[in-house]
Amino acid sequence: MTMMTHLMTAATAVALSAGAALADPALIFDLGGKFDKSFNESAHNGAQRWAEETGGSYNEVELQSEAQREQALRRFAENGNNPIVMVGFAFGEALGEVAADYPETKFAIIDMVVDQPNVRSVVFNEHEGSYLVGLMAGMASGSGTVGFIGGMDIPLIRKFACGYVQGVKAANADATVIQNMTGTTPAAWNDPVKGSELTQAQISQGADVIYAAAGGTGVGVLQTAADEGILSVGVDSNQNYLHPGKVLTSMVKRVDNAVYEAMKSGEDLETGINVMGLSNGGVGYALDEHNASLVGDDMKAAVDAAAEKIAGGELIVHDYMSDNTCPVE
Amino acid sequence: MDLVTVLQVLDSTVRLATPLLLACLAGLFSERAGIFDIGLEGKMLTAAFFSAAIAFVSGSVWLGLLAGIGASVLMAGLHGLASITFRGNQLISGVAINFLAAGMTVLIAQDWFREGGRTPSLIGAARFEPITLPLAETLRGIPVLGPIYAELISGHTILVYLAIACVPLTWWVLYRTRFGLRLRAVGENPAAVDTAGVSVVGLRFAAVGICGVLCGIAGAYLATALQAGFVKDMTAGRGYIALAALIFAKWRPWYALWATLLFGLLQAVALRYQNIELGGLVIPVQLMDALPYILTVIILAGFVGRAVPPRAGGIPYVKER
Repeated sequence: MTMMTHLMTAATAVALSAGAALADPALIFDLGGKFDKSFNESAHNGAQRWAEETGGSYNEVELQSEAQREQALRRFAENGNNPIVMVGFAFGEALGEVAADYPETKFAIIDMVVDQPNVRSVVFNEHEGSYLVGLMAGMASGSGTVGFIGGMDIPLIRKFACGYVQGVKAANADATVIQNMTGTTPAAWNDPVKGSELTQAQISQGADVIYAAAGGTGVGVLQTAADEGILSVGVDSNQNYLHPGKVLTSMVKRVDNAVYEAMKSGEDLETGINVMGLSNGGVGYALDEHNASLVGDDMKAAVDAAAEKIAGGELIVHDYMSDNTCPVE
Repeated sequence: MDLVTVLQVLDSTVRLATPLLLACLAGLFSERAGIFDIGLEGKMLTAAFFSAAIAFVSGSVWLGLLAGIGASVLMAGLHGLASITFRGNQLISGVAINFLAAGMTVLIAQDWFREGGRTPSLIGAARFEPITLPLAETLRGIPVLGPIYAELISGHTILVYLAIACVPLTWWVLYRTRFGLRLRAVGENPAAVDTAGVSVVGLRFAAVGICGVLCGIAGAYLATALQAGFVKDMTAGRGYIALAALIFAKWRPWYALWATLLFGLLQAVALRYQNIELGGLVIPVQLMDALPYILTVIILAGFVGRAVPPRAGGIPYVKER
């Protein structure tokens, strides 16, 4: 009997806590974990900013395995959390199945498009951010040759490359851009050894600024660039700190802003595709104490002017994924 | 194509071939003793992580190397336990080791360093630095030979020279020592070795242990010499290419050197020239990446000589009663 009472009490407590959690937003991190110095950490920062500004609270979970995606989504939805924000394209499939079962709950997915009436799909204009860092690379280069190293050869990475080349050409129309892709399989995201070799090959062809859009492979690119005394450009999160004074800048995707926006709108979250570009602070370049000495006043003025033009619609950066071609090479 | 470019490609070849060579020799010891090992990849990855982690924590690359070798030998011991002591399927045990390594390294790295499954960058004494051989700068002026010596032969990390020294050493151990004779015999006909009163289990464990040591050096080379830290899955299939090289080399040490250098060269060329034009014909980079495997299939199919694996390979030894 006491056992029964215990269970009843526990059940009541669960019911009460579920009631208390009503309408609190929830955040689900991807497998990298909350403090991955990249995507997930950025999302965490955005959520923290929201919590500090509004005094609200949110629920969160770090996934431990692939199988927990759907489970975590359903648990938060049943719990009454709204909206539920998830970080990473890998949630696409799970969300596609779950979203329809909870029509009253709003979901936000970052870096992926899921076509459901109660889902906000946040995508980024990486080509615009890449244009800016390309402009800086073009100005910083003394040899007139810069490099691009992509991870796996997919349209998304060509979108980075194409934006970058446009930026470089805007700074120096005669500049040469050496482009390399690491591979054609997912192993290309985590092959820093190949990244290093590609960097050395590009250096020997005259490149003195190299932009890496290659995940873990980029770690090798930045390392070799620093070892060989040339500049590199980081990607996704601010990677300037990895080699202070050797990383020109980083093309950052403001996942924190996307999470902040989603949580701020709460249950009134607008669904549909939400494009985060230069105009709404979705992408940008990183400037901090680690690269301040590399970015001169004229460079900063030029890149800020370009950012303003793109944000205002005066300057259109071609998006590779719109027609799978790039006007410049 | 001028001499400088050729040298740069060859230099890159040596760097890329070294981990393959070490892993290939590791597999050679194991398979010559009759233990198939597709867990080379996993052992390298484990060693890469532990060498980088310990090198970072201790600040000494040599301690890192030791830790990498130790971790790899432990994995090799696991493989031995499953496939020698408990007579399990060697391929399944190898696959399990690969999965275990891929998951375990990231998990520990994340829990330890909280940098998304990486180790922090190694600096200073925590990395292997390139060694400049004596007189490299003085001799550079000599046409052709000078640059070859200064660029290609000099300026690698000590592990590269160690790997190349392992080739004659392996040949000597296998073909000129009693241990080597028994090791080869145990891979061909373990019953005969057992009849002679020599422990089959002992020999096979010794071979698997040597395999662990060599994989450990290969992994440490990736993480602390070529790179400055561990990144998840950083071996990127090199263990499998080494296996292909082992078959290509027909389980012989000197052939292993040439096979891994050839595969390294193919990779270096593919990295340097994304698409190669040969008289109007464009060879895509994907073909270059696939060539090691294509060549191995051709060898296996018996078009160029025959590759005969050790006869008792893959079969657990059961003593007759």
